[in-house]
Amino acid sequence: MTVVLETKSLVRRFGQVVAADGLSVQVREGEQVGIVGPNGAGKTTFLNLVTGYIRPERGTIQFMGRDITGLHPRAIARLGIARTFQIPQLYPNLTVLENMLLAWAAREGRIMDPWWPLRRTAWVEPAMDLLARFGLAEDADWPTYTLPEGKRKLLDVALALALGPRLLLMDEPTSGVSVREKFPLMDTLMETLIPAGVTVLFVEHDMDVVLRYARRVLVFQGGRVVADGDPQAVLTEVPAVPMTGS
Amino acid sequence: MKPRWFWFSGLAFVGLGVMGFVLPRWTVFLLSLALARGLAALSVALLMRAGLVSFGQSLFFATGAYVAAFTVRLFGIREATVLLVGAVVVSMALAALAGLWIARYREIFFAMLSLAFTMILYGWLLKAYWITGGTDGLRIPPPTVLGVTWSVDALRTVLYEVTLACTAVALVLIHLFLESPLGYAVRAVRDNEVRLEYLGSSVWQVIYWTYILAAGLAGLGGVLTALNVGHVDPQLAYWTTAGEFVFITLLGGTESVLAPLIGAVVFEFLRTYALKYAPYTWQMALGGMMLLLIFFMPRGLWTLRHLRFRKALS
Repeated sequence: MTVVLETKSLVRRFGQVVAADGLSVQVREGEQVGIVGPNGAGKTTFLNLVTGYIRPERGTIQFMGRDITGLHPRAIARLGIARTFQIPQLYPNLTVLENMLLAWAAREGRIMDPWWPLRRTAWVEPAMDLLARFGLAEDADWPTYTLPEGKRKLLDVALALALGPRLLLMDEPTSGVSVREKFPLMDTLMETLIPAGVTVLFVEHDMDVVLRYARRVLVFQGGRVVADGDPQAVLTEVPAVPMTGS
Repeated sequence: MKPRWFWFSGLAFVGLGVMGFVLPRWTVFLLSLALARGLAALSVALLMRAGLVSFGQSLFFATGAYVAAFTVRLFGIREATVLLVGAVVVSMALAALAGLWIARYREIFFAMLSLAFTMILYGWLLKAYWITGGTDGLRIPPPTVLGVTWSVDALRTVLYEVTLACTAVALVLIHLFLESPLGYAVRAVRDNEVRLEYLGSSVWQVIYWTYILAAGLAGLGGVLTALNVGHVDPQLAYWTTAGEFVFITLLGGTESVLAPLIGAVVFEFLRTYALKYAPYTWQMALGGMMLLLIFFMPRGLWTLRHLRFRKALS
């Protein structure tokens, strides 16, 4: 199977804290990989390195065989890597549909178009379809700031997915979501992402979520990968590592 | 803009056009100045949509005005259409240069840097008096419009109609811009730059092109002011002029392309009457107006459009 993402010996320090200490990770096409580990283990740093938000001091990052080390986040996004955030990053004063249409314009490479309307049928229809898949069609005309947290999380993913990515990185997709909403939210995500052939990498503190939705798990500690493999096996084999931040 | 507002705006502009032939000359002159300043205020409102407050739009306002004056003096060209196009092009070209630097900044840094640029121009206009006329400024002889030399009486009305036509075209273009992906991206910059970058878009480019467009509007306002007044002076570039544009924008609001224009008309008449009835305290009257606005209509006069619905509901 094609290797989608490959990082080699990534190093990144913040003062005395070593957030990435020779991180080497390989992710293959179509995998659903969970990343776990205690607070400060380097999980979010890893996502930030891959998406270009921060640059590694040493090491390389390859996406689909292409070196993307040090590229700007927008250049990496254009190559097909999308991400979601622990706190959903939306446009709160725009409606749900307008959020989606901007993502669609970005997908089409038309965001700098200064004349033709954003609300064009060719974009509204697929955007509404995607919103419907996430159960957000009824909220299309509401400003995003009015949405509850669970729906904001879904919209954050929908925006990333609207770009048509090959690799989606999700930072704690169920944080801030009520216990009752966690599994339906993850079900919706996976039911949309897996058939679309999107490779998924998600950071998560909830082990139930990891066990249920990841096919492979990476355990981070001190900026290193200390375990890698089948979730059931890894999570029982590495009991010494605190898996959650709390 | 909803169709209802589109038709309302169209009728309002036709009405304003007719009024140019009916109203007294001084009122027509004031309306011309208000529309021209309204365009500069619209340029401030455009940048405010991206969360940027510019205290330097007078840079382009003065540039537009002085380009017209220099074109007349250096090349002997008096045709208004040429002066209008030249002023807008030069203003936008200047913004294309300044924007390379200023588009990197946000918040107070953007505001102060824009202020610094306009004060540099002000200083140059003041000191290079052998070119600019210094504090006396430069006179602009009556222009020709579409190749016709108009009588002094007719020229006032003709220039008003030209100002109104330019304003209408600018409003339509800016409205189209705001409905486009780039127009929405401007609002997205104010809301969340991080998400925009992660969509694969350049926030810098969005701000850069908006800055250039805003400069074109301010430059257009400047040249229209210069043609109507027939004179340019360094005061056009001074920071108080830029402050007036911000004042007008806050007065009118930023929610619609019409709002800054309404703010400009109210401001121009308010200032005229305040000067007439309180010549020594007219600034206090404007300050009082601003305080009332902040307390009761923080989103500007444009919010008055809701009154009809509130009445209907009560």
